[in-house]
Amino acid sequence: MIEIRTHGRGGQGAVIASEILADAFFREKKFVQAFPAFGVERRGAPVVSFTRVSDGEIRERCEIYEPDHLVVLDPVLIETVNITVGLKRGGWIVINTNRDMCGSGLCDAYRVATVDANSIALKYGLGSRSAPIVNTAIVGAFAGATKLVGIKAVLEAIAEFVPVRKENNMKAAEEAYKSLIVVPKR
Amino acid sequence: MKKVIMGNHAVSYGVRASDVKVISAYPITPQTQVVELLSEMCANGELDAKFIAVESEHSALTACVGASAAGSRTFTATSSQGLLLMHEIIHWAVGARLPIVMSNVNRAVGPPWSIWTDQNDSLSQRDTGWLQIYCESNQEVQDTIVQAFKIAETVMLPVMIVLDAFFLSHTFEIVDILEPEAVRPFLPPYRPARKIDTADPHSFGNLAGPGEYFELRYMIEKAMEDSRAVIERTDREFEERFGRGYGIVKPYRCDDADYVLVTSGTVASTTRAVVDAMRAEGIKIGSLKVRVFRPFPFDEVREVLSKAKKVGVIDRNISFGHHGIFYQEVKSALYGRTNVPVTGFITGLGGRDVTPAVIRGIAEKLIAGTNLEPDINWIGVKI
Repeated sequence: MIEIRTHGRGGQGAVIASEILADAFFREKKFVQAFPAFGVERRGAPVVSFTRVSDGEIRERCEIYEPDHLVVLDPVLIETVNITVGLKRGGWIVINTNRDMCGSGLCDAYRVATVDANSIALKYGLGSRSAPIVNTAIVGAFAGATKLVGIKAVLEAIAEFVPVRKENNMKAAEEAYKSLIVVPKR
Repeated sequence: MKKVIMGNHAVSYGVRASDVKVISAYPITPQTQVVELLSEMCANGELDAKFIAVESEHSALTACVGASAAGSRTFTATSSQGLLLMHEIIHWAVGARLPIVMSNVNRAVGPPWSIWTDQNDSLSQRDTGWLQIYCESNQEVQDTIVQAFKIAETVMLPVMIVLDAFFLSHTFEIVDILEPEAVRPFLPPYRPARKIDTADPHSFGNLAGPGEYFELRYMIEKAMEDSRAVIERTDREFEERFGRGYGIVKPYRCDDADYVLVTSGTVASTTRAVVDAMRAEGIKIGSLKVRVFRPFPFDEVREVLSKAKKVGVIDRNISFGHHGIFYQEVKSALYGRTNVPVTGFITGLGGRDVTPAVIRGIAEKLIAGTNLEPDINWIGVKI
């Protein structure tokens, strides 16, 4: 079983990101489950959502406490939330940032990939400058970094799950898939 | 066709497949998406049903009572406070013998305000005469909605389908979506023997004196008893047609089990993973999911549990001044028939997460038998 935790802020599309991921894995014949950390979501507040992927039936129906990988939609969360709590050693952290994460310390225990999903989202008219909607781009980057799921399945899942601007969302995912940076270990 | 959908939408797809004619509901977290998708389906013609928007849950169920009495297949959805506001009409639907189907998303009752899951809302309606079926997956939710209409219309009692808040309602997973054309031969259109019809007038809901009321209550209980065979037959027919059956109870690795955990809802699913993990260590443990709660499956529960050495019942509910509610029911099923010791465990109230570690802790406590209260053990309480 692969367990993925997605960190974002209300309005960025973290919950939809976890659903797109699940749907993409489903298209590659996996069993899947996706759900938000259940709270009263507010715009801008930290939110968490989860995705489980397995070759067999998924029976665990509870939150994920020891994820294999992380998706981080807002890099500021790294300074305000203990995002790596429970994360398994060697797991991927895919972060939306234009900063060089080489000195962040995350690379010591984990594999880190970055993508400038804000710029990509804005380029394709997704959200506004103050609140870009980065969920489709970051899922594309997750596929590119981890190679756990194919970009074709991701694009199909976006077409299924995103209600508006499907084309632009797919382009954003594809660009993120190609432009992500795998951060080298120090 | 298989799709990744949320539990609430699994309800909506079950209703769509059942060719429902009247829906009346009021939105409440965490069931709102049930009603959202249904109103969308009604608006775009995907579902040929009348959607009656109302100002409260009491009115929603009352509208369903009227529509069902007029001979329409009728559905409503609610949760927690909404279900409790319906309470007067919950009784009415039974007395009037109306085969209404309702989905209730299990949500804790306030105050303090909570939107998270526990079973006290639906279990507080256990003595009203509604059949109650507790589900553990989105697939089971969709399929049980379809089964529920067939059962309800056969025994002329309303049926409540129950699913956990968030752990099902907002969880996306794979569901093989039933198409109305495929379901129609299984669930033909509703044709009641009697209905409100100006061309054929009858009296409904009239005064019944002490000379009649008693017999009408007896007939409700008789219908409840008859429903056992109907539920079983309906599930079997469903399985023959669609390849999926759920049973009245679901025993897992119980045949040679010394210890059995009795569960319901999503906890039943997580428990099976724990059973497998403990079995791998050589511990002879099994689990029993109680799917149908009303009518209570006395025979099935007795048959599985009487072979065990110790039974633990996990309750995500509490009957204040008594014990966990499934625990009470299991004990009453076993009383006088077997001496297997039964211990009650309360956990997960107000959405507190019931993880494999929590369930394993319960199992280990049960097996060790030390520091164990005879009836009620609060697991994870921080006082």
